[in-house]
Amino acid sequence: MARTMWDSSVGKKTVMAVSGLIMLLYLVVHMIGNLKIYFGAGEFNHYAHWLRTIGEPFMHYEWTLWLIRVVLVVAVVAHATSAYQLSRRDIKARPSKYVHSRPRASYATRTMRWGGIILGLFIVWHILDLTTGTVHSGGFQEGHPYQNVVDTFSTWYGNVIYIVAMLALGLHIRHGFWSAAQTLGVGSRTRDRALKTVADVLALLLTAGFIAVPVGVMTGVVS
Amino acid sequence: MTSYVDYETGAPVGDGKAPEGPIDERWDKRRFEAKLVNPANRRKHTVIVVGTGLAGGSAGATLAEQGYHVVQFCYQDSPRRAHSIAAQGGINAAKNYRNDGDSVHRLFYDTVKGGDFRARESNVHRLAEISVEIIDQCVAQGVPFAREYGGLLDTRSFGGVQVSRTFYARGQTGQQLLLGAYQALSRQIAAGNVEIHPRTEMLDLIVVDGKARGIVARDLITGRIDTYFADAVVLASGGYGNVFYLSTNAMNSNATAIWRVHRRGAYFANPCFTQIHPTCIPRTGDHQSKLTLMSESLRNDGRIWVPKAKGDTRPPNQIPEDERDYYLERIYPSFGNLVPRDIASRAAKNVCDEGRGVGPGGQGVYLDFADAIERMGRKAVEAKYGNLFDMYQRITDEDPYEVPMRIYPAVHYTMGGLWVDYDLQTSIPGLFAIGEANFSDHGANRLGASALMQGLADGYFVLPATINDYLARNPHQEAVTAGHPDVREVVAETEGRLEKLLAVDGDRTPDSFHRELGELMWEFCGMARSDSGLRKALERIPQIREEFWRRIKVPGTGEEFNQSLEKANRIVDYLELAELMCLDALHRSESCGGHFREESQTPDGEAARKDDEFSYAAAWEFTGTGEAPTLHKEDLVFEYVHPTQRSYA
Amino acid sequence: MKLTLRVWRQQNADADGAMSTYEVDGISSDMSFLEMLDTLNEELILKGEDPVAFDHDCREGICGACSLVINGDAHGPERTTTCQLHMRSFKDGDTIDIEPWRASAFPVIKDLVVDRSAFDRIIQAGGYITAPTGAAPEAHAAPVPKPDADFAFEHAECIGCGACVAACPNGAAMLFTSAKINHLNVLPQGAPERETRVLDMVAQMDEEGFGGCTLTGECATACPKGIPLMSITSMNKEWLRATRKVAKR
Repeated sequence: MARTMWDSSVGKKTVMAVSGLIMLLYLVVHMIGNLKIYFGAGEFNHYAHWLRTIGEPFMHYEWTLWLIRVVLVVAVVAHATSAYQLSRRDIKARPSKYVHSRPRASYATRTMRWGGIILGLFIVWHILDLTTGTVHSGGFQEGHPYQNVVDTFSTWYGNVIYIVAMLALGLHIRHGFWSAAQTLGVGSRTRDRALKTVADVLALLLTAGFIAVPVGVMTGVVS
Repeated sequence: MTSYVDYETGAPVGDGKAPEGPIDERWDKRRFEAKLVNPANRRKHTVIVVGTGLAGGSAGATLAEQGYHVVQFCYQDSPRRAHSIAAQGGINAAKNYRNDGDSVHRLFYDTVKGGDFRARESNVHRLAEISVEIIDQCVAQGVPFAREYGGLLDTRSFGGVQVSRTFYARGQTGQQLLLGAYQALSRQIAAGNVEIHPRTEMLDLIVVDGKARGIVARDLITGRIDTYFADAVVLASGGYGNVFYLSTNAMNSNATAIWRVHRRGAYFANPCFTQIHPTCIPRTGDHQSKLTLMSESLRNDGRIWVPKAKGDTRPPNQIPEDERDYYLERIYPSFGNLVPRDIASRAAKNVCDEGRGVGPGGQGVYLDFADAIERMGRKAVEAKYGNLFDMYQRITDEDPYEVPMRIYPAVHYTMGGLWVDYDLQTSIPGLFAIGEANFSDHGANRLGASALMQGLADGYFVLPATINDYLARNPHQEAVTAGHPDVREVVAETEGRLEKLLAVDGDRTPDSFHRELGELMWEFCGMARSDSGLRKALERIPQIREEFWRRIKVPGTGEEFNQSLEKANRIVDYLELAELMCLDALHRSESCGGHFREESQTPDGEAARKDDEFSYAAAWEFTGTGEAPTLHKEDLVFEYVHPTQRSYA
Repeated sequence: MKLTLRVWRQQNADADGAMSTYEVDGISSDMSFLEMLDTLNEELILKGEDPVAFDHDCREGICGACSLVINGDAHGPERTTTCQLHMRSFKDGDTIDIEPWRASAFPVIKDLVVDRSAFDRIIQAGGYITAPTGAAPEAHAAPVPKPDADFAFEHAECIGCGACVAACPNGAAMLFTSAKINHLNVLPQGAPERETRVLDMVAQMDEEGFGGCTLTGECATACPKGIPLMSITSMNKEWLRATRKVAKR
């Protein structure tokens, strides 16, 4: 069955849909967690610490977090690999363009590929910035995420990168969620409106929720 | 070049295959008497099928299922595009699901009568018997016929009958049936039992030792002329309505296959029996390249009328009810708007000739749905005819829900075709003709929804049963090869013809000749024919032919994709076939069905048959281009339906 | 009216193509688009030039032969086939670009003519119900609920013209393939081959080099027969169902 999936263009789309939904679920949790920054350093840092202790005493310190990280890495790799292979296939299937071209389809649809690449680069930066601290501006302090976040969004480029990526995320989710529903065959004529609305709401909430953090820092509400 | 109006009468031709005895036992008897080919030996036999329409597609699939090796050809880029796909209305079958008094015998009776008593009783009865199996077969293939809420098949009524026996799939019945046959054929292609050659056009027949053994065909992409050999050849190449240039046929439908085999010795029967369909969209100007049919099913609910006064140019909605002439309902009260096609067409011509026609040039009558919309509601009309209304609106830019449609008759179908016996074998042994390409079942007029029935009956059931007998008796131990002198000669002739077309380099396009011929045929061999008109046409056609060979211009070469060359080569055959059609029409000085001779009508203007003189099928034998052909008569015997003057009043 | 046409000319599959410009005059608004091209070709022949090759046959919008991309739209500005497009959709003085279907699975044969045999092979892979002649049960033996019959018909309307592939930025044949799968899979007659049909047809579609679906919806917009985009969703569902079922066997 795995073979059938991976060998077929429809199967690879399924891989993309499932991995995309896993990431989407993670993002919802991530976004809610982020908003705790509005309740002060204590609560935010406490929350960050708790993430490492989920499942204790059954799980050891950070085991659950690492499990989540592994699942996410698999999802990202599966999503990106399928996307790369499918895109190559698509480009090969239509090598010559029409002389008379005109804009086609919606903005979100057309930007899926570029949006995906932007998001991929963003994830790398985001981890190096706030997880490992490798490219962090100012002194990265392990165990003090509140301060680290404030530092990041105190630089202009930190805000720009983050906000651009979140806008790309919104567009990506808007088409991606609806598209995943079609790929998984749960779309139907009667459900189409509802699915599109859910996609719009998800995209809007996530974008707004994530952007609220740098906005908070910029406006001084979070400092 | 000389013209001919005289001809020789040769020996009568008989159908040696139809069994005697009670009519409802003949088909069983024939199938029992036919020799069979051992299933293990079938794959050693190759059968060529030319055409992939309803007849060809179903025959190719079925022969392959039986184990024969089938080599099949179509000029289109895919077998799915054959012109059967354009049939709109439906397919008849004597299922009697409506319990409205239908039966095999009634379908048989209606078809013989509808054909104005110029068809063979045995063939028509077989057709009616098989009709019920066709529906079963198509449903099993997944053809999405219209259904009622209970999940059972829906039917509707059609012209010329008083029962509801027409099965349909909205206005696209032909498409759905054809796709069913195409899919069955596709399954056999995938299984390796059918070798398919799309974009390949048959240009001649290979006859060796008096038997059909293969064809010469041109690859339309590369221009290559190839030979293909077989133990039997089946032509399912359709009708020849495009002789008239403007017709409801597809642009590339052509008569080349049937005309080439006619030249090789196959008799051509009743070439003048052409069907003019009453409900087509009128032409708009000289640029017109083809005519579009509006399904006859529209006559179920639409009412046909013209103004009572001559030259009434008011818009239709401003003509009050009492100034309208619903002429079909007036003249034929019991069948009304559902009279057979030939009668409806002629009636339209008559009212237009009286000066009461509507639309540009007065070449049209109204088909009005105002009453139907009022009675059933717009929604119901939309559900039944929506796609036809859309098509009409797209072509004419008029909304038929608001303004009555304008319709006018147009050439639609050819009842004539290659003469075949009960086994569907032509006068060349090993050459079979099925579907519209043969002449066998519709007499002088075909009833609506019967073409699909005949095409599928021939392809699915008749030919696959009868061809066994030929193959069993002619095992053909010796293979024919391209080196055979007879083969070389045919190939050389074909190549020579194409070279000659390319070499003329004149100053007229293929279409200009085609249009000129078409206009001539429509005027003199169309809805009404007369002795003097036909003589004029017979004089004119050889002149056009002579001019054609002097002035034709075909650009490009023969070794490439060349649509002008394809066209010009088809016109060569039209120019000969047209002459035979006119001669046949001239010799048959009676009126019957679609063949209306002005000299032969009843006092009230109906077609007057002359049974004592013309109760025969006219099978013509080719003797040479520009030479008078030889007529072989096949007497028609009516044991079950007594010929009477048709009455639909 | 008078028009400027820019037409893709390509001598054969191996040659390079380019747009050529032609002027046509005396075009009536009642003409169909193909009749307008007929007019051009008549002039070209008389001038001793090679007429423009294009596929066409029934000219009634049902055979699926005609296949032109007009001003960037498959079958032109109206939702219909090229043969049913009329010149009243254009204005005097317009410049019209005419190109062939572009997709690597549809190589150009000449000018505007392309090879669509890939579609035939997709059907051969499973787009049928195995029902050898003579083996059919009585037609009324298996009633089909009207909604199912209507669903089947809606998808069976596909004319195989390839506009969906031409319009898709990925050159995907998903709409074509899904139309046939949905037509046959919803019917009781199609049930025995339900799984193999969808798996084999999708595999063949991939094999032919068509692209994948990114649900842009261009196919359904271009489809002259109105096959809905949801057709693809239904096919995906069938495919996943079949993959699970076959894995269990």
